[in-house]
Amino acid sequence: MYYHMVVDELDDVFHALADGTRRDIVVRTLQNEYSVSALSRLYPMTFAAVQKHVAVLERAALVTKRRSGREQLVTGNVATVRRAARLLDQLELIWRARMDRFGEILAEDPRPGDPA
Amino acid sequence: MTVTGVHKDPRARTMTLTAEFAATAAGVWQLWADPRRLERWWGPPTHPATVVEHDLRPGGAVSYFVTGPDGARSPGWWRVLAVSPPYGLEFELGDPGIPPLLVRVRIEEHPGRARMVVVTTFPSADAMDQLIVMGFEQGLTAAVGQIDEVLGAGPGR
Repeated sequence: MYYHMVVDELDDVFHALADGTRRDIVVRTLQNEYSVSALSRLYPMTFAAVQKHVAVLERAALVTKRRSGREQLVTGNVATVRRAARLLDQLELIWRARMDRFGEILAEDPRPGDPA
Repeated sequence: MTVTGVHKDPRARTMTLTAEFAATAAGVWQLWADPRRLERWWGPPTHPATVVEHDLRPGGAVSYFVTGPDGARSPGWWRVLAVSPPYGLEFELGDPGIPPLLVRVRIEEHPGRARMVVVTTFPSADAMDQLIVMGFEQGLTAAVGQIDEVLGAGPGR
């Protein structure tokens, strides 16, 4: 459903951001494009491990990757990050719309004691 | 306006929404308790809901599907935790594959009107915690703000 779709769509995002290294990669690549090898020099882990983190972020659409020669360049995806940070806002909109419909139905319902 | 207040607390992972209606508590309750009425407000006009099962008793279930513009059906369910007609209802809300959200509804009777308070709590998954805390307090919000400045873009979608 609409409501669930919001949460469902963001499920990969939550998973991707549960890890500190991945969060750091997102913050960095939102500001500059990084190659996977440049990223792997930033963390105490192997190139392959960083590549795995990048793959998780890519699946969640938090970053995009492009090839340039032998390098893989990683860029943060602003739209996804914004959407994730606005989950509460989206849920607010869903419930506000529900309450509008709720009020409309109540206005149509006969009040107790009113003539039918 | 129907909605009189919304309070979002990222730390507690809750959204509290308060609405007032020119109705009795019993009248408001009917919109939860009557599946045909529930169908009319639960889904947006683009995704109308069809309630399949509706058992508002502790341990009972409400199941439904919504039909999208392309005819695709998405299922959803509630697991009822507590009920006290016409003043309160508590249920888990979810569908397959996602951790359920907790929804608590309180209905108060006032002279000439009813107030309804709906509290939605996100599952306490670490990821959700971290995302919300991070998104609202540091890191990403700041980074996104900087990028907005660079791009000269407003906070729109």
